[in-house]
Amino acid sequence: MFKIVTTLSILFGSIAISNTVIANEWSGYAGLEFRGFSQTAQESRQDHSTNFSFVFEPEYYHEWDEGNQSIAFVPFVRLDENDNERTHFDIRELTYLKVAESWELRLGVRKVFWGVTEFQHLVDVINQTDLVENLDTEDKLGQPMINLALINDWGTVDLFVMPYFRERYFPGTSSRLRTIPHIDQSRSQFESAAKEKHVDFAARYSHYFGDWDIGVSHFYGTSRDPRLLLSTDNSGNAVFIPFYDIINQTSLDLQATKGNMLWKLEALHRSGQATTYNAIAAGFEYTFVGIMDSAIDLGLLSEYHYDDRGESASSTFEDDIAVGARLAFNDAQSSEALIGLVWDRNTGGKFFNIEASRRLSDSFLLEAQGRFFTNQKNSDPAKAFAKDDYIELFLSYNF
Amino acid sequence: MKRLSILALLLSLLLNTAYAETPEEKGLAIANEADKRDTGWTDQIANMSMILKNKQGDEHTREMKITTLEVQGDGDKSLLSFDNPKDIKGTAFLSHTHSLTPDDQWLYLPALKRVKRISSSNKSGPFVGSEYAYEDLASQEVEKYKYKWLRDETVDGLDNFVIERFPQYEHSGYTRQLVWLDKEMYQPNKLEFYDRKNALLKTLRFLNYSQYLDQYWRPGAMEMTNHQTGKSTTLTWTDYQFKSGLTDRDFDKNTLKRAR
Repeated sequence: MFKIVTTLSILFGSIAISNTVIANEWSGYAGLEFRGFSQTAQESRQDHSTNFSFVFEPEYYHEWDEGNQSIAFVPFVRLDENDNERTHFDIRELTYLKVAESWELRLGVRKVFWGVTEFQHLVDVINQTDLVENLDTEDKLGQPMINLALINDWGTVDLFVMPYFRERYFPGTSSRLRTIPHIDQSRSQFESAAKEKHVDFAARYSHYFGDWDIGVSHFYGTSRDPRLLLSTDNSGNAVFIPFYDIINQTSLDLQATKGNMLWKLEALHRSGQATTYNAIAAGFEYTFVGIMDSAIDLGLLSEYHYDDRGESASSTFEDDIAVGARLAFNDAQSSEALIGLVWDRNTGGKFFNIEASRRLSDSFLLEAQGRFFTNQKNSDPAKAFAKDDYIELFLSYNF
Repeated sequence: MKRLSILALLLSLLLNTAYAETPEEKGLAIANEADKRDTGWTDQIANMSMILKNKQGDEHTREMKITTLEVQGDGDKSLLSFDNPKDIKGTAFLSHTHSLTPDDQWLYLPALKRVKRISSSNKSGPFVGSEYAYEDLASQEVEKYKYKWLRDETVDGLDNFVIERFPQYEHSGYTRQLVWLDKEMYQPNKLEFYDRKNALLKTLRFLNYSQYLDQYWRPGAMEMTNHQTGKSTTLTWTDYQFKSGLTDRDFDKNTLKRAR
């Protein structure tokens, strides 16, 4: 009798569990993007005023062992009207995950995010940026890795071994929103003789104490952002060649959540990439909830970005003040808008950014984006975008 | 055993009457009893679907899975992951709730793989565009309110205690609420919410209760009507599971990153 009961409970137990396990699930999105440029391009081969593009990113997910083991596969493809480099395929994720009480192991290709600030992701170093996608550097190439997370009462320690380096994807010669002169990816140079086979390592401690969230990280390996060396092509025209140094980078990211005020700090110390340098991004975000007796939330944010290399910094955020406003309408369509301004204190260059989104149905989402560059001096790396003001509309079907 | 507890309850009610209980004491005693009866479920998993309707009858849906861990002596922990609308599929919320201080809340954005600590001091804002505020859906702890028993009332054949309760959290969106608490289940049949100007804002009706593990009553549906905007939101709860052996580990930032 006891045995029957046990068998039954095992049976029913497994039925109950299988309810919550997700098997062979497909989701993802496909979308159509339009960009319109208001000015004539700086170089004639870049000259197009409109650009259409199609993107498809499905996701396969399967879990078993009560959800303690799973695999995820996310291929990505974009077809672009004008830029052959932007027409590209990538594996954003192909990961096996095993979860235990005190650790999590991830094997394969994936994306990891570190950081707290909004205008720049200073300390986010694991993944290579897919720069053909968007200027904002938020699109990333999948990074092959072994990642072991050790989970303790006193915080999580993540260890990363990255056996293969991904070169940055830069827009092609016929693309807007690229450097001038253009970048010749085929001539990339590496500090390490192993080139992209150099094995990179990283470790990160993260935890929270009351309303403080903290992350301390170290990265050793191939720098994700290359130095751009000026050279010439066969016909004697100027061209940039990416140079990938081996760097050591120690970083801190910190957020204090005090009521409606969020205080944010990212800081790093990096050596190995020409001169040793320090950089910070620090600021706040304050949310006014339910403004003027409505359901609308208004968030005001401001950040200061500093890089002690000054004008010679590879980053455009070397001495910049950023301000922004975020509107969340809290309506059924989840309408949102964000406007931002980044002001370069050295050059006086200004960059305006507008983003908005609204859900059209359970499956369709419409997003809009506008980017405008003003007052770029010749010394400013952003001078290359001075004629590339654009608006973008993106309609996606989500499944 | 059950008979004994009913006897004890009768006895305590009798004793209370003998001590000339005030309406405030009676209200608190009922809230404590309701809390006691709903203690010990340990953890809960359920699927929730929402239908948002506006005055014109346009409908929008949300589907999510909510897991909750019962925490003794503090607010519960919960993890909520969206399945619909599809553009926010995989977005997840982790809350470590507290009765009288702001909750600890993190949001996971799957497109960026980013975990964001979010401001939670204001619990009165609308939840995903619905007529529910965060505080309407958060765990109900006794110390969140001060109570006053008003009367007993029979509605649709169900006997209720009618209790007025006053939120103690300083950022609550309400001056007071009226609760119609079922005398048999010790669970609400109806709630009325009064805004900061003390005007009737919303009515919430609880429908299709079922009892789980011979003790815990859970509604099958909840209908919230906003009287000031004419909008409404209907919640449907399915696939309730209890005591699945969840622990704090199922409610940490690591689990949030892989919530489905």
